[in-house]
Amino acid sequence: MDMVPGRRRVVLIDGCRTPFLRAGSGFKNLNSYQLARAAIKSLVRRNQLEPSLVGQVILGSVISNIQTSNVAREAMLGAGLSYETPAFTVTQACISANAAICNGFELIAAGQVEVVIAGGTESMSDIPIRFRKKFREKLIASQKYRKWSDYFGLLKGLSWRDLLPEIPSITEFSTGRTMGRDCDRLAARIGVSREAQDRYALASHMAAARAEREGLLAEEVEPVAVPPRFEVVQKDNGIREDSSVEKLARLRPAFVKPYGTVTAGNASFLTDGAAVVLMMEESRALSLGYRPKAYLRHYLFSAQDPREDLLLGPAFAVSRILERTGLKLCDVDVFEFHEAFAGQLLANLKCLESKDFARKYLKMEQGAGTVPLQKLNLWGGSLSLGHPFGATGARLVTTAANRLLKEKGRYAMVAACAAGAMGHAMLLERYPQS
Amino acid sequence: MSFLTLTKAQDLAWLEIDDPDDKVNTLKESLLEDFEQMLDQLEAVPDFKALILISGKTSGFIVGADIQMFAGFTDAGQAKNLGLRGHRLLGRIAALPRPVIAAIHGPALGGGLEMALACHYRIATDDRQTKFALPEVQLGVLPGLGGTQRLPRLIGLRTALDMLLTGKNIYAHRARKMGLVDRLIHGPGLREAAARFALEVSKKPLKRGRRRSLVDRLLEGNPLGRALVFRTARKTVLKKTAGNYPAPPKIIDSVSFGFSKGLAKGLIYEAEQFDALVRTPESRNLVRLFFAMTASKKNDRSHLARPVERLAVLGAGLMGSGIAEISAQKELWVTLKDLDEKALARSEKRIWDHLDRAVKKRALTPFERDRTLSRVQGVTDTAQMSKAELVIEAVFEDLELKRSLLAEVEAHCSRQCVFASNTSSLPIAEIAAHAAHPDRVIGMHYFSPVPKMPLLEIIVTEQTSEQTLATAVGLGARQGKNMIVVKDGPGFYTTRILAPMLNEAVLLLQEGAAIEAVDRAMIRFGFPVGPITLMDEVGIDVGAHVGEVLGGLFAQRGIKGDNTMARLHEAGYKGRKNNRGFYLYGRKRKRINAEIYRFFGGGPRKNLGTAEIQERLWLVFANEAAYCLGEGIIRNPSDGDLGAILGLGFPPFLGGPFRFMDQLGLREVHDRLQKLRDRFGARFSPAPVFENQRCSFYGS
Repeated sequence: MDMVPGRRRVVLIDGCRTPFLRAGSGFKNLNSYQLARAAIKSLVRRNQLEPSLVGQVILGSVISNIQTSNVAREAMLGAGLSYETPAFTVTQACISANAAICNGFELIAAGQVEVVIAGGTESMSDIPIRFRKKFREKLIASQKYRKWSDYFGLLKGLSWRDLLPEIPSITEFSTGRTMGRDCDRLAARIGVSREAQDRYALASHMAAARAEREGLLAEEVEPVAVPPRFEVVQKDNGIREDSSVEKLARLRPAFVKPYGTVTAGNASFLTDGAAVVLMMEESRALSLGYRPKAYLRHYLFSAQDPREDLLLGPAFAVSRILERTGLKLCDVDVFEFHEAFAGQLLANLKCLESKDFARKYLKMEQGAGTVPLQKLNLWGGSLSLGHPFGATGARLVTTAANRLLKEKGRYAMVAACAAGAMGHAMLLERYPQS
Repeated sequence: MSFLTLTKAQDLAWLEIDDPDDKVNTLKESLLEDFEQMLDQLEAVPDFKALILISGKTSGFIVGADIQMFAGFTDAGQAKNLGLRGHRLLGRIAALPRPVIAAIHGPALGGGLEMALACHYRIATDDRQTKFALPEVQLGVLPGLGGTQRLPRLIGLRTALDMLLTGKNIYAHRARKMGLVDRLIHGPGLREAAARFALEVSKKPLKRGRRRSLVDRLLEGNPLGRALVFRTARKTVLKKTAGNYPAPPKIIDSVSFGFSKGLAKGLIYEAEQFDALVRTPESRNLVRLFFAMTASKKNDRSHLARPVERLAVLGAGLMGSGIAEISAQKELWVTLKDLDEKALARSEKRIWDHLDRAVKKRALTPFERDRTLSRVQGVTDTAQMSKAELVIEAVFEDLELKRSLLAEVEAHCSRQCVFASNTSSLPIAEIAAHAAHPDRVIGMHYFSPVPKMPLLEIIVTEQTSEQTLATAVGLGARQGKNMIVVKDGPGFYTTRILAPMLNEAVLLLQEGAAIEAVDRAMIRFGFPVGPITLMDEVGIDVGAHVGEVLGGLFAQRGIKGDNTMARLHEAGYKGRKNNRGFYLYGRKRKRINAEIYRFFGGGPRKNLGTAEIQERLWLVFANEAAYCLGEGIIRNPSDGDLGAILGLGFPPFLGGPFRFMDQLGLREVHDRLQKLRDRFGARFSPAPVFENQRCSFYGS
């Protein structure tokens, strides 16, 4: 089961996150650095972690802030960790935190370090908005202005259009299409109806609401006191318990008009938040007296042509990781799949079931099989909890481990898709509890 | 009924069109029959809220009428009757008491688009393969199923005339903007969206917003404005076709007739015009050309071909860059070699500029442009192209240089590597004279500009192996070229038949003709550019070189050489490349270079008469083609016609030199040549093949 014999075993000790808030709400005055700092601080506190033990910090982030390009370094220092611990930031769209965790996994497995904090952070309330190229050029040139009269030149040759700010595009760079449009197309291609999407989205909100009521999310969500008044945010705020199929059915398509099926109601929303996990080399963890939650057993990344299979990453990654580990879907007790869109998730589930998909794309004889809904995202998912791009991966891994303990399962499968037509899957195994 | 399947679901009737015998749907008589029966049924029991017409194929909606059918229209009235029958059918669709929706994915061309136009509404996918066009004009006919009537009524006069007269493709988003389609959806969602659209319009008819510009509305809203539009269109058409193509004016007539007399009469007029046009020699020739072009794109020896994934191109000039570009676009890896980084960078810019034009037209995404460009990799060292499976040299015309490159390639590349020369005149056998493996040497003669010119002339020597030929043809097929395979010799086929024509043009100037008179005469004849302009474009230096290469061949037939081109070259005239040739090229326009007349007797120019100029130029051209056929340089007259039309701009409506000679009658051509020989000497001696042929090149 280990990827390569002779490598060290990696265990997950713990994971936690800030509440996930809709962009523009409670965290609107925080940036990704502050969110990550809060998450790391909580992780250190709840594990009574001696800062000097941490060998490496790795964070994922998608929309980078110029002041904190290496947000991992700034946030871990801001959270009080040792100056002597190196830190780097990775980016791989919506699986950035997964990339961070896998990087940490490799460092530990190879014997480079023994303790890693990995995860991700994202603020969608504070995206960097730039001036247009022409105006930027002028502004840069203006740094060399000497006399006040030089400033007359600043606006020369600019049209009013050049002064309008430029908001970062959410379109796929390679295709120029929005992800929502691609999802709409994918849903139609795989045969996922609007009704099925709405029903799934509703189920996600209901599951999250139930998990919240039963206190299951409290295991991973750490309150944040938001400066300057230090009001305490304790819970996620994207869960819509009051939603209904009828309400969702009334929403208009958001991307493909007028006959598309993806709406604001069955897509994940822009979210602020950070999530981190604590990983250690097994024997080191035990000698330090930690009780691991799970082994990180195996992972892989997949990539396809962004023009065709933008959102099918999980179908590829899950099929291949099963093939590589020799496990079957029925061996897996806990599924934590990223929900970018209800249509995307359902399309992936359908592909996993499909013999045609397996033959055409994977050169396998059989589809992976059915992912039982009663094992999937039982504590809510990105549709209901939210999806801070850089952080979601750490939430998935944390929840998967917590659910393994709660549900007394053995294997958990994490999967997610990402822009650029990439996919990721990771297999966790519950740590034997004495 | 094998073409149509009717299914009813949730108050909707779905009519699926699927030709069981073909990969694509075309309109043919048997489909019409099926449709008529189906309509009987639909009219009798309209137990549905709306009818949706959709293709059962993923390849497209309907790609047009079955062109094979055209050859059968030999008698007057045949095509008209079929046209009227089609009109009745489409009229019945339009008159159905329930809304009819065409749901379109992939191409809807010609009759396919006309059928969609007869429906009440259209919904289409915004996929790249979805396109709309009425390409009938390219076959010398007009859209005969209501296209000249329904299209202008739907999208406006000017936009419709543009589509009708050019036959150009309109893609989904543009089609939506101009009102050609009412709704768009992504490919996989077509059925679902069509159903929802159909239910909507069955409840409440769709109101189409005004999409036309103010200018269009002012012009087209009244008879006076329309008259102006028609007049302008007629003028443009005349200018573009030199009056050689009968279809475009008839298209304008038909649209105009329909506007003044109404739909019903317009349709009858359209059918009559179609009937007349389809039987014109121009249309016959264009239709034959269409089939010949389709056939010439295939690799009929693919089982022998070695796959080529890595191509090397030697020489990053205009030709080399062009070959690299079209290959990279077909996902080949191309190693482009030149002497230094500067030459490579110029080539990169050239390719980038060209691809970027496609990006601006939204035919390509910036990302696809970048990826394509990345497949062209510049090197300055032959050793870095050792993995190439095929090497094309596109350096300047120097035999020794080509031989040394061949030796270098044989030293560095694998034993299977094919060496192709893009020479336009040097015999391939001479290039291969010292080759270790002459069986792997071949000629691949591309035409400039490579991305635009469809022809590829492939030249085999006595020693070229079948596998080498198959490999070269395989590459040409992948590049999407129309290919003719010819035998080696000075100038092969295309350059060899062009040379006497250019030579004759020079002689005409010496006799006192004016530059513009010669050019204008041949444009009127149907060439896209005149021969003198062509000399400037090709380059006077190249012309002089070709003259040298071919000199011996013509001398054997007793034809005197002419060294004017060499003298012009010595005097510093190169043509387009140094902006000094028969014309002077300024920043904006070109003008006659009067100075050059001193090489042609100077003084005031004489009027030699358009007919005389045309006759001498095309006959000397066609006669040389006949020599090539007789000597087995070309395999058959069809290759000869294709090469002349696609490579040299011989008028397509004439069908090529062999077709044209057939149409005039070989005896007549022979007589005319003899008369010219009597006046001007051996260069007009009829080719021996005229003696052997009974009555035509094609028939016997």
